[in-house]
Amino acid sequence: MTQSAAAPAAEKPAHAAPPPRRPALGLRLDVRTLSLLGVLAILVLVGGVTKPDEFLAVSNLQLVLTQASVIGVVTVGMTFVIIGGGIDLSVGAIVALASVWATTVATQDFGFTGVLFTAIMVGVGCGLVNGVLIAYGRMVPFIATLAMFASARGLALQITDGRTQVVTIRGILDLGNKDAYVLGVPPLVIVFAVVVVIGWLLLNRTTFGRRTVATGGNPEAARLAGIDVRRQRLYLYLLSGLCCGIAAFLLIVLSGSGQNTNGNLYELDAIAAAIIGGTLLSGGRGTITGSVLGVLIFTTITNIFALNDLQSATQQIAKGAIIIAAVLVQRRTAHE
Amino acid sequence: MAQQVHTTRRGLLFGTAAVSAGALLTACTSNDAGNSKGGSAEQAPLADDKAGKHVTIGFAGPQADHGWLNAINVNARDRAKKYKDVSLEITEGSNDTATQIGQVETLINKKVDVLVILPADGKALTQVGLKAMRAGIPVVNLDRIFNTPQAYRCWIGGDNYGMGLNAGHYIGEKLKGKQNARVVELAGLDSLELTKQRTKGFDDALQNYPNIKKVARQAAEFTVESGQSKMAALLQANKHFDALWNHDDDQGVGALRAIEQVGRDDFFMVGGAGALSAFQAIKADSGVLKATVLYPPTMAASAIDLARALGQGKGIGGMAEFEIPSSVTLYSAVVDKENVDRYMPTGFN
Repeated sequence: MTQSAAAPAAEKPAHAAPPPRRPALGLRLDVRTLSLLGVLAILVLVGGVTKPDEFLAVSNLQLVLTQASVIGVVTVGMTFVIIGGGIDLSVGAIVALASVWATTVATQDFGFTGVLFTAIMVGVGCGLVNGVLIAYGRMVPFIATLAMFASARGLALQITDGRTQVVTIRGILDLGNKDAYVLGVPPLVIVFAVVVVIGWLLLNRTTFGRRTVATGGNPEAARLAGIDVRRQRLYLYLLSGLCCGIAAFLLIVLSGSGQNTNGNLYELDAIAAAIIGGTLLSGGRGTITGSVLGVLIFTTITNIFALNDLQSATQQIAKGAIIIAAVLVQRRTAHE
Repeated sequence: MAQQVHTTRRGLLFGTAAVSAGALLTACTSNDAGNSKGGSAEQAPLADDKAGKHVTIGFAGPQADHGWLNAINVNARDRAKKYKDVSLEITEGSNDTATQIGQVETLINKKVDVLVILPADGKALTQVGLKAMRAGIPVVNLDRIFNTPQAYRCWIGGDNYGMGLNAGHYIGEKLKGKQNARVVELAGLDSLELTKQRTKGFDDALQNYPNIKKVARQAAEFTVESGQSKMAALLQANKHFDALWNHDDDQGVGALRAIEQVGRDDFFMVGGAGALSAFQAIKADSGVLKATVLYPPTMAASAIDLARALGQGKGIGGMAEFEIPSSVTLYSAVVDKENVDRYMPTGFN
């Protein structure tokens, strides 16, 4: 099974990455990853030079990683979907819906578990609808998830009526506070790390991962190789939905509330982070490490801008320029 | 050619005025002059709670994707329900300019008596406002202002500049006598004109206090999420400051979370808008939030009052004029522990 899944990916000359050869757990530092690390290093240098006291403080590292957690978890799910040849435009809306639904539950006194369970179930539920529409309804992912984007945001608005649903459950709120840090690591960051590790193992060490790559690289070849391409697609959107549910819970912890505007533009941020990380938009290739670096680059940029008190307009222009620069650098190094 | 169009438009407006005047006269004769107490005999009949001529008010607002906007809708609905002689035709809110124009046109076609419009974008909705006025339907422009006064009979809205001004003065007075005081501003969505006005007012007020320096300003997006993330960065960048002005109580929920998360309490915070959660926090006096500057959603209720008065051709109490004013700017009062009980009922979720 493993063989047949990996074979078409290896045969396909165009996009598919060669299957990982070394079974060791060590990360393969390819040129792409190195160039991303280079970009990140330059950013750290810029931050360190412009605001040495603030930027290089431990508290700032905690802050950057915390801010990366929510969008980071979403990006891991997005990376799987894109590698599998799809796209998920509904992630931000799912985060919004899951967060307002879960905070509605929070007001009904269902406690910590109730909120967590609801957030995850709403995420998985939305992912299931996306998956079924795309895999079995044969809808184009762009359209199906666009429809989900619209309806989930609408539903979130209807549930809240535009209100900010403030959470008062101490157990949830305390998770975001300083006292909850484990050896200096915020719980949110731990969740993010766990999701990343699981995602990495899933993509690089399991049949599921190889099937994902094969499905995205060449669905027809994957089908001929005996992969149930449809079911694989369904799983990918379920996975993305699950990640959104987790992210929604993290966002509730972080902001202490649910609002229908939550997760605004997450779809674009997650896609951008994955693409910067080297994931091919047409599918068949991508890495979790790259996506995580992409997220970290974005979060670090935002952090440096805020520390230097740059205004929104400048921030947006500079962000766009840096995205272009990062992709250009990467393209150059990728050809070597 | 353009001149000619202009003249025609003006003519139509005069027509509208004449019709209103006619209505006013009828109202004069049909109402006893009992409510013009002690004033001149020429006082117009005043709009009051007593049922008068039936008025259909069309209400077109933006999508209530924010606590304040939702409060606007609730205020308008509740106020209209209060009057037996008012029926409200309300359209589904939309942030899309084309959709909102379509909705206003539908209300014009339905021939409502008066229109209340809170445009998602005042400039973009100006033309349809003009169209309504030309059709003889007086428009009450709520909050976000049209490009030209020709597009509305009356404007009522908040004072963004005044909000910044009053926040600045409040902070200035609190920090009086403190040497080298530092303040931080968490602004709203920078792409909106109102954000610039709030910041301008704030900066102008601070000019009066040479001991105070604004050391940082970051713009959030009126959302809890953005408030949390921008505030977290502001706290990281500024290890010491004395006061914070946050433009909006919704994003303030996120800002307060960020402050709680790092456990800072070395400064005081002034909010903006007047959310219930902010009032409660001010009353409890347990955190950094000590005051909030109002931008009252009750303006929607007042807009319904004005629309009703317009429809019935009446003036409003407390003023000598025959007609309602052409513009009403609300006052951005500072609510702190001293007066919070008074404002509590107007707080929105």
